Amino acid sequence: MARKINLRIWRGDATDGGLQDVQVEANEGEVVLDVIHRVQATQMGDLAVRWNCKAGKCGSCSMEINGKPRLACMTQVAAYGEDETITVTPLRAFPVIKDLVTDVSFNYKKAMEIPAYEPPKDLKPGEARMEQVDVERSQEFRKCIECFLCQNTCHVIRDHEENKKSFAGPRFFIRIAELDMHPLDILKNRKRTAQEEHGLGMCNITKCCTEVCPEHIKITDNAIIPMKERVVDIKYDPARMFAGLLKREKRS
Amino acid sequence: MTTDKSALERHKYDVLVIGAGGAGLRAAVEARESGLRVAIICKSLFGKAHTVMAEGGAAASMGNANSNDNWQVHFRDTMRGGKFLNHFRMAELHAKESPDRIWELEMWGALFDRTKEGKISQRNFGGHEYPRLAHVGDRTGLELIRTMQQKIVALQQADKREHGDYESHIKVFAELTITEILKENGKIAGAYGYWRESGSEVLFEAPAVIIATGGVGKTFKITSNSWEGTGDGHALALKAGANLVDMEFLQFHPTGMVWPPSVRGILVTESVRGEGGILTNTNGERFMFKYIPDVFKDKYADNEAEADRWYEDQDNNRRPPELLPRDEVARAINSEVKAGRGTEHGGVFLDVSKRLSAEIIKKRLPSMWHQFYELAGVDITKEPMEVGPTCHYVMGGVEVEPDTAAAVGVPGLYAAGEVAGGMHGSNRLGGNSLSDLLVFGRRAGMGAAAYVKQTTATPVTDATIAAAAARIEAPFARSGGENSYSLHAELQEVTHNLVGIIRTGTELKDAIEKIADIRKRSANVAVSGGRKFNPGFHLAFDLDNMLLVAESTAKSAIGREESRGGHTRDDFPGMNSDWRQFNHISSFDGNQVNVRKQALPFMPKELFDLFEVEELKKYMTPDEVAKGGSN
Repeated sequence: MARKINLRIWRGDATDGGLQDVQVEANEGEVVLDVIHRVQATQMGDLAVRWNCKAGKCGSCSMEINGKPRLACMTQVAAYGEDETITVTPLRAFPVIKDLVTDVSFNYKKAMEIPAYEPPKDLKPGEARMEQVDVERSQEFRKCIECFLCQNTCHVIRDHEENKKSFAGPRFFIRIAELDMHPLDILKNRKRTAQEEHGLGMCNITKCCTEVCPEHIKITDNAIIPMKERVVDIKYDPARMFAGLLKREKRS
Repeated sequence: MTTDKSALERHKYDVLVIGAGGAGLRAAVEARESGLRVAIICKSLFGKAHTVMAEGGAAASMGNANSNDNWQVHFRDTMRGGKFLNHFRMAELHAKESPDRIWELEMWGALFDRTKEGKISQRNFGGHEYPRLAHVGDRTGLELIRTMQQKIVALQQADKREHGDYESHIKVFAELTITEILKENGKIAGAYGYWRESGSEVLFEAPAVIIATGGVGKTFKITSNSWEGTGDGHALALKAGANLVDMEFLQFHPTGMVWPPSVRGILVTESVRGEGGILTNTNGERFMFKYIPDVFKDKYADNEAEADRWYEDQDNNRRPPELLPRDEVARAINSEVKAGRGTEHGGVFLDVSKRLSAEIIKKRLPSMWHQFYELAGVDITKEPMEVGPTCHYVMGGVEVEPDTAAAVGVPGLYAAGEVAGGMHGSNRLGGNSLSDLLVFGRRAGMGAAAYVKQTTATPVTDATIAAAAARIEAPFARSGGENSYSLHAELQEVTHNLVGIIRTGTELKDAIEKIADIRKRSANVAVSGGRKFNPGFHLAFDLDNMLLVAESTAKSAIGREESRGGHTRDDFPGMNSDWRQFNHISSFDGNQVNVRKQALPFMPKELFDLFEVEELKKYMTPDEVAKGGSN
């Protein structure tokens, strides 16, 4: 059952741009990415949009649909009213390259700054033993498809470009949490460096990231809050502070 | 102009890896760890490669779920799945080395699902005698990609500590398309391409190039592949003088989504059947019992009671026929639909809701639940899925030396993963792709590193650069020509209708003519808009690759007058032992693809002896069986 819908697409680049209205056919069961592709094939051959799998597994087609950060491949056209105009715009927290494509290199730079997994020195391949319940905590975070919708919606960077330098963002807080909870990882102080080097403290747990996560990862409840609590414990644990003092004395 | 020598962006590396899926990343790690400087090229963003779509798992005979498993059993299953057209040496290396490759990933931080003893859990899959697939729910490919992506970051962090720069020894060039592999004096010298973002051109000089570009699914209308599966590596290799082997063999995965139309082709993992899902037609009949071929009769249950018992007791029962190799199941579904027993949307039913509780389904098949719920409005814990065949994997690919992954005939060129041919014969078993890309990704990295260390780099000449640049500029210089989107749609119609799951000689002849016509017209594709992130411009190059692949597939298919694995001829329905002795080799003469027969290497006695002679008689000629091995 094809019908015509009104689509409003942001077109332009870093220098200039604006919204353009088009009418396009939509068929039963189609998602927003389908109608964008139809516009591309029939009306705007050079319309830029990122996509790969069209099945919600690669996290490439992130954009804002009627102002909400979403994957275009997982957003049904039928979710909007018959007469409603669907407006598609590029992610707002990242610089526009062209049309719906933004420069997300910020995220790859941050990824490089998170210290890698470190297995026990004497562990031999094939010898690892882990309980399913123990791997599940980290597995939740490893479901992340790196769509960066959480990064885009997080107001710490969305509204404050200057924070980008010192703030890794929710995607990388779950990466740190994943390593911190990894049953085999031996690198110490992941929580503390999350706080001191990656800006965990700047998050004020408004849960916007959790709301937009297409994988339904409980970013705030299961990663950010537990790390924040533990950082507080470590920093203000009197026993640890005393042990720390002793250590410092010994060294001097 | 970018052809101006001073303006052209140039890079020099020891090894250039084209493709950042599983095979490419594994190759890059290996080449870097042997001390070389490596560039990784990806057509999309880093970490988005089609490998993330692999769901079920990676096959490796670790023996965690059944201690009877070992490399010999895995080797036998792989050869059977491929109907003995596999290159025996590749199947041997793959079966022997897969467990080490999986354990290695664990050392890099991968978190597979566990057994009760805390080892890596292994699940059942079609054609595998024992539970063999290491997995993470139904998102195993994502785990592989992320683990290797993070391993590369770990290597970059080590380089930063040692050399002060993350990218001193390994750099990822994201959203860059390679249009040509460059040779000088008959040897690899580098590659040429453009940044998708800006359209500006880039020259890479490197003595070794590893092609790891994956598959060709986008040549077809209904496919599980993402937009990247346009056969780039197959075409680049052909144009660089390499051969493709057995391009007639395409795997149609039996279970793709069929409704609504916008999701047609999206993969429904084989794990649904591995976990107990059954296939029924619209009469409610569990039809797979009717489709067990003679060669598999002693391995698969012919009644429901035994098939159901197998899930609890695998030692005393035969496997359910839903777990036959993919080619068998795809053909069966196709026949049911053709006989009028399919759904109104042209599929059959796949139901897991009757065997497993809602809670277990959501835990073991989370992305399937999610995918059907959000895209089709179907709750798979309560109702059946509608499924049908979808173009999933190409068994054919670049002809390589098994041990080094070196492309035959082109010094310095390597290929690994789906783009390489030979490993899977006429049909790949599920789970053997993720292990393939690890085993041969690593071997390609080793092979290229060994080659680089004993060769000298050849500089790319100005004439070579000018020719490559002219080709990129061409579509912009034309106006009012053909539209690349329409030509692509036309090609997909031709392959779907004439080179699809069931083929005939007359239709293939028709296909070859039609593909030639589209190719002629594609030389006249014009592009609107500028160079900056222009999908119409990108498609013009992808289209060129897909056309060469389609030509190679159609020409190989018309030559092979038998049915085997992923090649079914309505006019030659049986498997023919004489044909098993030959591969089809495609080469490119600059004008068209030519296909010839080449003798398939015969396995040595120690591998031959792993099989019962009675079984080999089903596949081989009496002479071959009497010979008993090549040595």
